[in-house]
Amino acid sequence: MFKKILIANRGEIAVRVIRACHEMGIAAVAVYSDVDRAALHVRKADEAYPIGAPAASESYLNIQKILDVAARSGADAIHPGYGFLSENAKFARACADAGIKFIGPTAAAMDAMGSKTRARQAMERAGVPFVPGTSRGLESFEQAEQVATRIGYPVMLKAAAGGGGKGMRLVHVPEDLKSALEGARSEAERSFGDSEVYIEKAIMNPRHIEMQVLADGHGNTVYLGERECSLQRRHQKVVEEAPSPIVDPDMRKRMGEVAVRVAQAAGYTNAGTVEFLVDPQKNFYFLEMNTRLQVEHPVTELITGLDLVHLQIRIAAGEKLPFTQDEVVIRGHAIECRIYAEDPDNNYFPSPGKITLLLLPSGPGIRRDSGMYEGWTVPMDYDPLLAKLIGYGTDREQAISRLTRALNEYFVGGIKTNISLFRRILSDPDFRAGRMDTGFLDRLLKQKEAEAPADPKAIEVAVIAAGIFATLGSAAAGAGERPVASVSANNKPHAASNWKIAARKEATK
Amino acid sequence: MTYDIAIDGKSYRLDLNRAEGGWSCRVDGREVAVDAVLARPDVLSLRIGNQAYEVKCERVAGEMHLWVGSARFAAEVRDPRSLRGRVRAVDDHGPRKLTAPMPGKIVRVLVSQGAAVEAGTGVLVVEAMKMQNEIKSPKKGAIQKILVSEGAAVNAGDVLAIVE
Repeated sequence: MFKKILIANRGEIAVRVIRACHEMGIAAVAVYSDVDRAALHVRKADEAYPIGAPAASESYLNIQKILDVAARSGADAIHPGYGFLSENAKFARACADAGIKFIGPTAAAMDAMGSKTRARQAMERAGVPFVPGTSRGLESFEQAEQVATRIGYPVMLKAAAGGGGKGMRLVHVPEDLKSALEGARSEAERSFGDSEVYIEKAIMNPRHIEMQVLADGHGNTVYLGERECSLQRRHQKVVEEAPSPIVDPDMRKRMGEVAVRVAQAAGYTNAGTVEFLVDPQKNFYFLEMNTRLQVEHPVTELITGLDLVHLQIRIAAGEKLPFTQDEVVIRGHAIECRIYAEDPDNNYFPSPGKITLLLLPSGPGIRRDSGMYEGWTVPMDYDPLLAKLIGYGTDREQAISRLTRALNEYFVGGIKTNISLFRRILSDPDFRAGRMDTGFLDRLLKQKEAEAPADPKAIEVAVIAAGIFATLGSAAAGAGERPVASVSANNKPHAASNWKIAARKEATK
Repeated sequence: MTYDIAIDGKSYRLDLNRAEGGWSCRVDGREVAVDAVLARPDVLSLRIGNQAYEVKCERVAGEMHLWVGSARFAAEVRDPRSLRGRVRAVDDHGPRKLTAPMPGKIVRVLVSQGAAVEAGTGVLVVEAMKMQNEIKSPKKGAIQKILVSEGAAVNAGDVLAIVE
């Protein structure tokens, strides 16, 4: 087993991996950029090394700097987390060349899945169902026209190197095909330096369901059940759950076996995820494979009782999978909410800043994977994911009610978060009934939230509390700013003496 | 002590005084039985009669918000004796400041000083956390001043430009 693992990441996932290391008696090495010195992952690690400027290209994406820290610290393996270098075949190769174990698949497996057209070709050979269309780049407009006519409109044009919605065009009618193809090509060229574009049938309002797989280096590959990830906005997942409300044991088995075939076709090892689009008739089509640990892995952990990061580390260390497919049992239901530093009143724009007050949920069935703490300033340089709140219950209904209860306990002050959005989602009748697709969230957000008139009792409580906070002054203020200017008569912040502060403290006892 | 307290813009009169280890309290002249414990900074445990409430206080950029359960209220506390000469409501006349809604970096300045703008014309682009936010002109007018340049780091509330 490894003695020391370097975690080439930050935020909640770095903390998650450090915890697994400590549980396994392995030392954890953190790296941090200039704005992350005070980050939680640095506080939790056994060793921590600065790797430079905030821009990811100067720090968390800088292969040479990370390998230098691995050498200096004597780490024998690197866990890449998700994002950053986690799906970078060049990095996996550089680790191998440096004699450091990369905890993830081989560079060759990443290459096989990295290009969407190459992945489609591999799936074609392996007999895996994928969305009808071409599995090679389009050579001409005439070819695009022919294929589109054959598979039927609407069609989707997609960049082979694509991701995050870039180089993608939805075409409803033949007249729009030509300009869409030109647009997709030039956007793909600009975004990825590769203008290869292919065409596939557009599946309108599909569900997005993915299958977790694990493969060891001894030829064993298993699936651990699916995750329903249909609730997305801007191509980013917001709520995930396992199992999916529409997948029954038979469908799970069929999807799982296809996912295993996908992994085997790519010579895949370690943890991976096979993404499927599912149409309203429950036909599923291979979309792509994510060659990393997913953000939403905790829901699978809760319903299988397995620890995916422990297993990743064991597999990377050369161990065999400690169980067979038949021994994988799914029990209960888990739902994850991704807590982002985003402002719901400003179109969910990022809201970095200082966390002045943090009250944490706990109790039965609640798991919280977090990278924040009270008094910490969320830097503006990275993804706004702060934490994940996961609710578990014997069934979906109990998972929802526990999560709703925990969201009411959760309070993040000083910055804006999307916590209120989850209250809306979890109480939505369609969500409660398990009716959802990838358009669900956009439709929900388009509806004006029913402006419930404020409860007069709550207003009275607020009036009284405002007066008490004003009277107590700075003695009652936490990690936020000094009491607000408008509190005092002359529009200047209170300059209460220590005596007054002490007296006020006494007064509230 | 008498306060005028605005909750989401609506004003209430609060008379609040300490009495025998607790508080005596009148809201708009009506007596309310209040028992308060500061559970920790910014968190108040209140009993109004026998109903229990936890109130959280959020203080950001000179503004105060109070949370009662999952309801969030903008709160403004004024001493009625100093009401005279308070700022007028902002109107469309006169110069308006464009401020940064969040800490970030100025990635683009879209108009030059002196340029005529419509309400809604993009003036600057601020980037934070891989997201770009276009700061739009709040009114029709001319750009009197651009106070930042491309590449500058800004904090929430910083004045970026002035439209007149």
